Amino acid sequence: MSREQTGHLDEGALRALVPRVLAGLVRRGEEFDAAEDALQEALIEALRTWPEHRPDDPRAWLTAVATRRLVDARRSEAARRRREEATEAEPPVPATEEVGDDTLFLLFCCCHPDLTPASQVTLSLRAVGGLTTREIADAFYVPEATMAQRISRAKRTLRGRRLDRPGDLAVVLRVLYLIYAAGHGGAPARPDLAGEAIRLARQLTLATEEPEARGLLALMLLNHARLPARLDDQGRIVTLDRQDRGLWDARKIAEGVRVLQSALAMERPGRYQVEAAIAALHDDAASAEETDWLQILAWYDDLVALTDDPIRQDPAAVLSRAVAVGHVLDPAAGLRETDRLRDVLGDRHRWHAVRGHLHELDGDLPAAALAYAEAAHRATNVAERDHLVRQAARVRVGGE
Amino acid sequence: MPKYLLLKHYRGGPEPHNPFPPMDQWAPEDVEAHFAFLRNVSKTLQESGEYIGVEALTPAQTWVRYGGPDAAPVTTDGPHPETSDLIAGWYMVDVESYERALEIAAHVSSEPGPGGGPLYEWIDVREIMSHGSSSD
Repeated sequence: MSREQTGHLDEGALRALVPRVLAGLVRRGEEFDAAEDALQEALIEALRTWPEHRPDDPRAWLTAVATRRLVDARRSEAARRRREEATEAEPPVPATEEVGDDTLFLLFCCCHPDLTPASQVTLSLRAVGGLTTREIADAFYVPEATMAQRISRAKRTLRGRRLDRPGDLAVVLRVLYLIYAAGHGGAPARPDLAGEAIRLARQLTLATEEPEARGLLALMLLNHARLPARLDDQGRIVTLDRQDRGLWDARKIAEGVRVLQSALAMERPGRYQVEAAIAALHDDAASAEETDWLQILAWYDDLVALTDDPIRQDPAAVLSRAVAVGHVLDPAAGLRETDRLRDVLGDRHRWHAVRGHLHELDGDLPAAALAYAEAAHRATNVAERDHLVRQAARVRVGGE
Repeated sequence: MPKYLLLKHYRGGPEPHNPFPPMDQWAPEDVEAHFAFLRNVSKTLQESGEYIGVEALTPAQTWVRYGGPDAAPVTTDGPHPETSDLIAGWYMVDVESYERALEIAAHVSSEPGPGGGPLYEWIDVREIMSHGSSSD
């Protein structure tokens, strides 16, 4: 509320209040969907009236207005059904709740196991992130009406569900990662989903000591730090080994490393921490040649050891490990590792792209060109497809 | 204003005017010139207010039909005959006239190919039916 004196409406501050007010309403027993609707109406009224009459306590104001809407809605409902209900005497919202608790509580609501992953993502962005339906629709390239429908269906699913049990933190983490992945590498004009995921993860780490929550935050920060170098001014993909490392965001790297260290210190490792450690080693290298592949391979060994049958359960980790093997031992050894994945990933573009990279590392440019062309043929993203066509054309003429 | 789909094909359509190898076999600078040209097409259409959308399709194709009551959908993902049509993607435009749609399609078809000359690629121009009742 830094601009309170000026009467100017700070949208960031308003958005930050959304999860706190909503959590308060749901905690005292309101239905999630009704509370969310009421809060949206309160926000519209806030945008209308606050520029003129700024309340002293914006959170209490929003809670009061949303409560009034809820009571109104219930009254008309009751009248309609000709039924008497107690609609008054709501207990006051406790004023001393922790911000972090509210966030965690709401994330558990939004990531309820009865919801599909797509619904978990949209509801989290809306109820915890405070994004508008329009912003979420733009981020996922769907019409606003479609997204509005998805949100109301998700809220309807939550109707009548008990929202007081502690949820599964692993689901929350996966949802945050989905939000991050949807935004990472998206067109710059789109709503910043990756930034939103980082913001939510940061709030989450205030609410829980769980090291994997910190691991996820660190992973996002350490990858996001490289975003400015990932595409050139024409929108072309620049691979890690060719990126201008001066463009990397040193502050994000520093924060990521700090968060990762605090997670690792708890000595309860998990996949996000391991992946963050690998990202940190890449970020730490002043040049591609100085990459500490030996340590990276050791972390990949830990990563694949997290599942009983990594080939089936975590083939992406086995594939990434093959690249590290190719750098530490020799490219042929890396290629032999990828052979084990042929049945599982042989149809996927990334399997062929990794083999192209390893063949190129091995100096076998014709084989690399073929593999890159196969990868391009299977790509499901335009920027990646174009990149793989370029890779194929480049190695075919023996180019650097 | 009528709307049109300008379809690009991986295969199918009239006899190629100028047969060319797959793009991964072009010189790298020709690949760059091609991509740059297509980026500029989208940009120009946006600036002229005629752009609705552009999408690319992966070449993987699955045909599917209803399998009957209590049966799974029936699919076939090939191999399909080499002569069958395979759409690669499209521009969707909102233009003054059919002639303008042809003009845009011809411009797309002039995209540079190997050696930098025009590809002369056939573009499939299809009008999109409008909704609602007509006013007359």
